[in-house]
Amino acid sequence: MSAENPITQPTVDAAVNEALAVISAATDLASLKAARLTTVGEQSAIAKLNAQMKGVPNEFKAEAGALIGKARGSLNEAFAAKEAEFWAVEQAAKLAAEAVDVTATPEPARIGARHPLSLLQDTIADVFVGMGWEIEEGPEVESEWFNFDALNFDADHPARAMQDTFFIDPAESHLVLRTHTSPVQVRSMLTREVPIYVLCPGRVFRTDELDATHTPVFHQVEGLAVDKGLTMADLRGTLEHFARIMFGPDAQIRLRPSFFPFTEPSAELDVWHPGAKGGARWVEWGGCGMVNPNVLKAAGIDPEVYSGFAFGMGIERTLMFRNDVRDMHDMVESDVRFSEQFGVSI
Amino acid sequence: MRVPLSWLAEYVDVPGDATPESVMAELVKVGLEEEGKHTFDVTGPLVVGEVLEFVEEPQTNGKTIRWCQIRVAAAGQKAADGGEDVRGIVCGASNFEVGDKVVVCLPGAVLPGDFKIAARSTYGHTSDGMLASGRELNLSDDHSGIIRLHELGLDPKIGTDAIELLQLSEQAAEVNVTPDRGYCFSIRGIAREYAHATGGEFRDPIGNAHPESTSGFNLKIEDHAPIRGRQGCHRFVLRSVKGVDPKRPTPPWMVARLKLAGMRSISLIVDITNYVMLEMGQPLHAYDADKLQGGITVRRANAGEIIKTLDGQERKLHIEDLVIADEVGAIGIAGVMGGERTEVSDSTVNIMIEAANFDPISIARSARRHKLPSEASKRYERGVDNNVAEFAAARVVQLLEVQALGTSESFGADFREHFEPTPIWLPANFASELVGVEYSSEETVSILNQIGCVVAIVDGGFEVIAPSWRPDLTHKTDLVEEVARIGGYERIPSRLPVAPPGRGLTSKQKHRRAVVNALAGSGHVEVLTYPFVSAKQNQFFSANKVSTIKLANPLQGDADEMRVSILPGLIDAAKRNLSRGLTDLAIFEEGAVFLPAGQIVANAELPVGNARPSEAELQALNDTVPAQPHYVSAIFTGNRQSQQVGIRSVEAGYTDAIHAVRVLAKSVGVSIELRQAAPTGFHPGRTAEVLVEIDGESKVIGVAGELDPNLATENDLPRRVGAFEINLEQLFQAAPKVIQAGVLLTMPAATQDLSLVVTVDVAAGDLLNTIREGAGELLERVTLVDDYRGANVGEGHKSLTFALRFRAADRTLTQVEASAARDAAVELAHQRFGASLRA
Repeated sequence: MSAENPITQPTVDAAVNEALAVISAATDLASLKAARLTTVGEQSAIAKLNAQMKGVPNEFKAEAGALIGKARGSLNEAFAAKEAEFWAVEQAAKLAAEAVDVTATPEPARIGARHPLSLLQDTIADVFVGMGWEIEEGPEVESEWFNFDALNFDADHPARAMQDTFFIDPAESHLVLRTHTSPVQVRSMLTREVPIYVLCPGRVFRTDELDATHTPVFHQVEGLAVDKGLTMADLRGTLEHFARIMFGPDAQIRLRPSFFPFTEPSAELDVWHPGAKGGARWVEWGGCGMVNPNVLKAAGIDPEVYSGFAFGMGIERTLMFRNDVRDMHDMVESDVRFSEQFGVSI
Repeated sequence: MRVPLSWLAEYVDVPGDATPESVMAELVKVGLEEEGKHTFDVTGPLVVGEVLEFVEEPQTNGKTIRWCQIRVAAAGQKAADGGEDVRGIVCGASNFEVGDKVVVCLPGAVLPGDFKIAARSTYGHTSDGMLASGRELNLSDDHSGIIRLHELGLDPKIGTDAIELLQLSEQAAEVNVTPDRGYCFSIRGIAREYAHATGGEFRDPIGNAHPESTSGFNLKIEDHAPIRGRQGCHRFVLRSVKGVDPKRPTPPWMVARLKLAGMRSISLIVDITNYVMLEMGQPLHAYDADKLQGGITVRRANAGEIIKTLDGQERKLHIEDLVIADEVGAIGIAGVMGGERTEVSDSTVNIMIEAANFDPISIARSARRHKLPSEASKRYERGVDNNVAEFAAARVVQLLEVQALGTSESFGADFREHFEPTPIWLPANFASELVGVEYSSEETVSILNQIGCVVAIVDGGFEVIAPSWRPDLTHKTDLVEEVARIGGYERIPSRLPVAPPGRGLTSKQKHRRAVVNALAGSGHVEVLTYPFVSAKQNQFFSANKVSTIKLANPLQGDADEMRVSILPGLIDAAKRNLSRGLTDLAIFEEGAVFLPAGQIVANAELPVGNARPSEAELQALNDTVPAQPHYVSAIFTGNRQSQQVGIRSVEAGYTDAIHAVRVLAKSVGVSIELRQAAPTGFHPGRTAEVLVEIDGESKVIGVAGELDPNLATENDLPRRVGAFEINLEQLFQAAPKVIQAGVLLTMPAATQDLSLVVTVDVAAGDLLNTIREGAGELLERVTLVDDYRGANVGEGHKSLTFALRFRAADRTLTQVEASAARDAAVELAHQRFGASLRA
């Protein structure tokens, strides 16, 4: 007659049930930790049962081992579940305690901004770069030859006086503050090989007093194309494309006869601005024309072989009607609030 | 050019309901841009009244007014305003008499300046209207008394509409005339263009004038010093008119037209010459024939010659000035202004009319030299029709006969330089090829004929002779513009040309964008300031007098130099923001500064002729242009961080400036080094020179730190102002063309702290570089984490703590290896700076 088997289903179940009761009585991670000692620690019922393993007849040992293992497994599961539950509660409490008023968030760093005039120049440059054109720049204090003579402004022609020029002292230095970005066109023609497709943005100067619509220091962008067979149709097509990117797909352009010494024929350029404040309308945008043969000759380009077109417009003016800037003062006074409206896009 | 509509309608068909706006809308199509409209701004009832009686009533204020009874309608009839036929009107003027016919503004009339006339109580009477002066009706500047109609040669019926009588309903359109179209400074030219725009019939005003041949007057044309090889005088017509009545008034219609055209009525004779100039575009001059001494010579001025011009000024003539002279001396600067000695006056009875044509360049130079831009010089500079002089003179003679009761004579002179017009060759397809519109041969010829050209069709094209009033037409492209313009620009189709493949932005352009975007992205606000500064501002940051570029004609006298630094402009910008209550600033600007290498070339030679200058000429030309490198600069004021929830405010200063320079340099792949420095204008203890490596050499490319507090406060800024200025051209030289990536090591790192005690004068940056050098290649990163002075660190010493991170490429570093590297660093620091490990 063998000894009685102490590890049987009923004894294990009893130990497990006792332990589960203790586990479920736990109220937080700390009491759960204490419960762990009493339920699976050395003095626990299950441990005590296990300690009787050596008294288990050999033929039942495997079964008893399995019962104990299973019991421990279910207790561990119960612990894990309870632990997860308490952890979640504690985390929730911790997060709740960490809550802030996000509407009172401080600004740990300043927010910067570009000036819209420089942004607009970049934007325009990107339009033309996308068409394969390149961007050219030149000096602001410029030789009269580049600013006038090479552009077919005769020294004695009234057009030269029309430009309200700032002169550099002494007059014999023949230096001026460039009155337009056209000298950059001349420099481009002198240094580049034909065909030439360049865009010249930059700062220019005229002796106008600052008021709501004038400033002595302003910005222009001019385009120049010199190639075989260019016509006024190419000029119109380029300006139309440009206008649509700047003012939307419904933008149109209109050319009116005009005069510039460096172009012949010449035209004033109006743009139909569908998004204009107060309703769509025609707005004077700039000037343009076919490059005067005298200008090509001054750059050593044969006007019998090549033709070219050129156009130019004021960046300030464009910003005024595109972005509804009412007063030129805002553009030149460096009030940070003006730039800050634009961030880094326009 | 201002164009009274009734005047225009004399020479071209203008619809009866035309307005200045509708006329401008037509003219803009042919290239005459609209400028605005002009009217007298007077509405009725305005009637002719007769002074029946008046009583003079002295007032307590010292004035004497006249209480007048004015008949404004025939007896028993209602006046134009529906009121009584006789009105009591108070008048402050005293230049009239009983029986005078005057202009009465009845209640309901509105005068210029929205001045509404109503019956009102004044000086103890009810004044039932107003008697008008010339100024009150916008007719003249005369406000010395009221208009007496008989003085204008008028005797209309009582009650006549004075608006009609004085042509106050006339309106004018103003258009902008581009410099190539001098002929449009005349009704004749505008009428021609209006006909082009509308297709209406043009009636040339010269058709109304009947020139007669004149002779007998001694005229000499002697230009011994033509400018640029061009004779100064091409045409000179003199015509004599005798026995004019100098007291005759200018008729009201002429006064009204002159006024709307922008010219004041002066005297009948002068008004007639101005009127004909406006009508035909031919400047004219009237001499008092009795004041002329002998014949007339057109010549260059003699050295030292002096003339007193019409405006009463004594003017010293230049030997390049073309003058009109009699036997005594100059009586006029040709095409610019006449002389006082032979001026017509209110006693002039015999007149010599001059209608001449002069070389544009000669006149332009004289007008500029004497600062006398006149109506005449404006036209000559742009070119006057060489064939209009005799017609204009005839028109003046005719008007003097009719209006001033003079008698014309055949006495006079007529000089004409012989001039054979050169035909312009226009190849058949050239216009179509340049404009992109198909023009038939018929259309081309028709348009050119319309604008007055004589066209011969020859094999392969056209031989075109431009009309005498179009000296601007000299080249085939000029003719193309005419074809395109008259044909209509709206016919030009649209075609997008394809440029050859582009290379995108240049590296410099990309770098510049990277810098400004990095600054904007890290909390800085871009501004754009004027580059004009005062001499004082240009010295802010220069210990020695720097060479600067000066403007000959600055807008503001004290801002007459081009900046050598962007900072003065930013200081002003900061000042303006502060004055608007914007105190926490981090503003920057990117742009050119102007640095003459040495002296400005005082007598630069410009290439002449319209061919490409030689390479040597271009080089010489470029050498005259000063260097204009781009800088980027910034100013920091107030707080970097304002006080906010959970954050204390942090004052802005040198750290902002130096960090911003690190950020902008990093944006183009460049690391900077700092060196303590004390440049002029900066705080001597809180400023660094910024160095970068260019071609293996360490170069200073700018400064960063704080402004000299004295400079800051002198400029109304707070004492502590962070600032930097960096030469971008140099920074970009340091930028790698292509950034080469290093290998990222992934073995575990070992970190150690190191505290070294050194004397306080040792720069942390130098110590840090030494540690890096001493520790060797295992040291991946070293940062300064603390600067301690005080207990346990000797007097005059400081303890600098660095955090070191070591890493090997191929193995996990042991602490022994890391410590060995660290010890090597300590050893080198000891050798160089006497550094010791902090106990």
